[in-house]
Amino acid sequence: MAFPQNGNEKNITGMNRIHQKLQEDQKLLSIYFTAGYPSLNDTAKIIQDLEKNGVDMIEIGLPFSDPLADGPTIQASSTHALKNGMTTEILFQQLKDIRKTVSMPLILMGYFNPVLQYGVAEFCKKCQETGIDGLILPDLPLDVYQKEYEAIFKKYGLVNIFLITPQTSDARIQQIDAASDGFIYMVSSASVTGSQDGFGNSQESYFKRIAGMKLKNPQVVGFGISNSETFRQATKQAKGAIIGSAFIKFLTQNGVDKIGDFVKGIRK
Amino acid sequence: MNYNVDEKGYYGEFGGAYIPEMLYPNVENLRQQYLEIMAEPSFKKEFDQLLKDYVGRPSPLYFAKRLSEKYNTKVYLKREDLNHTGAHKVNNTIGQILMAKRLGKTRVIAETGAGQHGVATATVCALMGMECIVYMGEIDIARQAPNVARMKMLGAEVRPALSGSRTLKDATNEAIRDWINNPVDTHYIIGSAIGPHPYPDMVTRFQSIISEEIKWQLKEKEGRENPDYVVACIGGGSNAAGTFYHFLHEKEVGIIAVEAAGHGVDSGESAATSVLGKMGIIHGCKTLLMQTADGQITEPYSISAGLDYPGVGPMHAHLYKTGRAEFIAVTDDEAMHAGMVLSKLEGIIPAIESSHAFAILETRKFRPDDVVVFNLSGRGDKDLDTYIKYFKL
Repeated sequence: MAFPQNGNEKNITGMNRIHQKLQEDQKLLSIYFTAGYPSLNDTAKIIQDLEKNGVDMIEIGLPFSDPLADGPTIQASSTHALKNGMTTEILFQQLKDIRKTVSMPLILMGYFNPVLQYGVAEFCKKCQETGIDGLILPDLPLDVYQKEYEAIFKKYGLVNIFLITPQTSDARIQQIDAASDGFIYMVSSASVTGSQDGFGNSQESYFKRIAGMKLKNPQVVGFGISNSETFRQATKQAKGAIIGSAFIKFLTQNGVDKIGDFVKGIRK
Repeated sequence: MNYNVDEKGYYGEFGGAYIPEMLYPNVENLRQQYLEIMAEPSFKKEFDQLLKDYVGRPSPLYFAKRLSEKYNTKVYLKREDLNHTGAHKVNNTIGQILMAKRLGKTRVIAETGAGQHGVATATVCALMGMECIVYMGEIDIARQAPNVARMKMLGAEVRPALSGSRTLKDATNEAIRDWINNPVDTHYIIGSAIGPHPYPDMVTRFQSIISEEIKWQLKEKEGRENPDYVVACIGGGSNAAGTFYHFLHEKEVGIIAVEAAGHGVDSGESAATSVLGKMGIIHGCKTLLMQTADGQITEPYSISAGLDYPGVGPMHAHLYKTGRAEFIAVTDDEAMHAGMVLSKLEGIIPAIESSHAFAILETRKFRPDDVVVFNLSGRGDKDLDTYIKYFKL
């Protein structure tokens, strides 16, 4: 396999890695983890092991002191990571050479304030140099993004991922679809991260409703996916699914040496 | 210069609604409807009636003769401490519970620090027969036992915020998480002039009854509506917002906001956000907040739980940035002594929050004929323990 040399230099097709990945046939398994957890310097190893074990895409969580859309598991991992000393600058340092060993799409996910303090343009530039393909910033609203930051994101080749929820109106979904260029992050239910055990009828009908809208962007489902069964349900209609809290719980219990077991458990 | 919110939800560069998509339908629904609902004659009638018969408004504007003599200026006290539940907080919760009913909500959540807003919310929920859940930091629950008991008597469930520093900031995070988890039936009664638009404006409008009354009360007493100065303490900033509101565009009125310096602005234990804060995002709005260089929100400190918040409402950030308001920071010690002065000279034991405002009389000189209106935002009953410990009473 040929790896891109460095950063976001476009490959032959001129596409961002996220776009390439979305064109592949399989259902995508994406994993979220909090950078700096369990130990400060686990970041590169976790990413490399996830790729080796066949994960398709990664959300690297930039820890924040007040993660208001996250449940207890991700909150605790963020607090822990910050105690370990994680900062935006250290994360970029840890990822400096990641593109020498990893070729799958890498997305940074976090809250807007740390990005704002780093300087949005500087942050995006650093992402491009590092080889980050996209950003998920749940508290950066659509209208502010379009007015103030879209041009900067595009300049540095970054895909911005928006969320939708079961309460999002069809009109708003159309608006988000039009503003998106990658995938739509479909929050499975009205909840913070990690707060449910399985999917019921209301999720099934929500998944169907969204599939029926024939959006231009594929959807990747997140929140509440914890095992092979919920992964299968979530990806019946959608292109992929994201697992976060369940993976963090696994790291808490097993450390970073058995990541393959976790992935096999999902893909079985 | 406009000091009110613009149609996009900003005060100059501050404000907005920096919220995850999960909160968008609720906040957007509120944004579209709040002004219309507040303008409905039936809403106004019910709001005014409750403020009069239940809260006990208008609160007196009292000329503090002995305090005036001591400091050689004309000091008036706006007696929000005489409201039902003992503080200005109830003005907002009455307004918001009526709003919640009109929005068809059946369940109410709130955050609280010292418990004043929690009690005011539990009170109006009892009044309206609504389910009420109050989030409170685990540490605050331990140190504010009487208010926890009050909320329980009023039928509210008090849920501990166990994350982060387990104080007001974290209670707010927990309330927001609850709202994300319960988007359909729940209204979130934010207690201060913070949060995503339209909250700062809505809370300010409900609290603006304070300055509305000051105007006609001062006219009766001094023959003019505008004082030379209005003074209020400021944490998130709801009592200050209400005290300033009708004077924002009256150029001859000086506006003074008093922040909590804790052990001193440079001590590392302070809540003086205007000095120590930087532009950032907290609890859904862009404002000045205390944070690390890396954008992590830090823990403030003040002896007064009501001022112990790392941010400040976006309206106030704008008043600071434009120079419209004068910001003064007052230490724990200065505030505690001011509380004692007011008690001894006027027979009024103030909340420690309000004591911060009076403390400026020691250092900020006013002319003998200046009319200076202080908002006495709350009474000191809840702070007796702190006063006892501090003065070894």
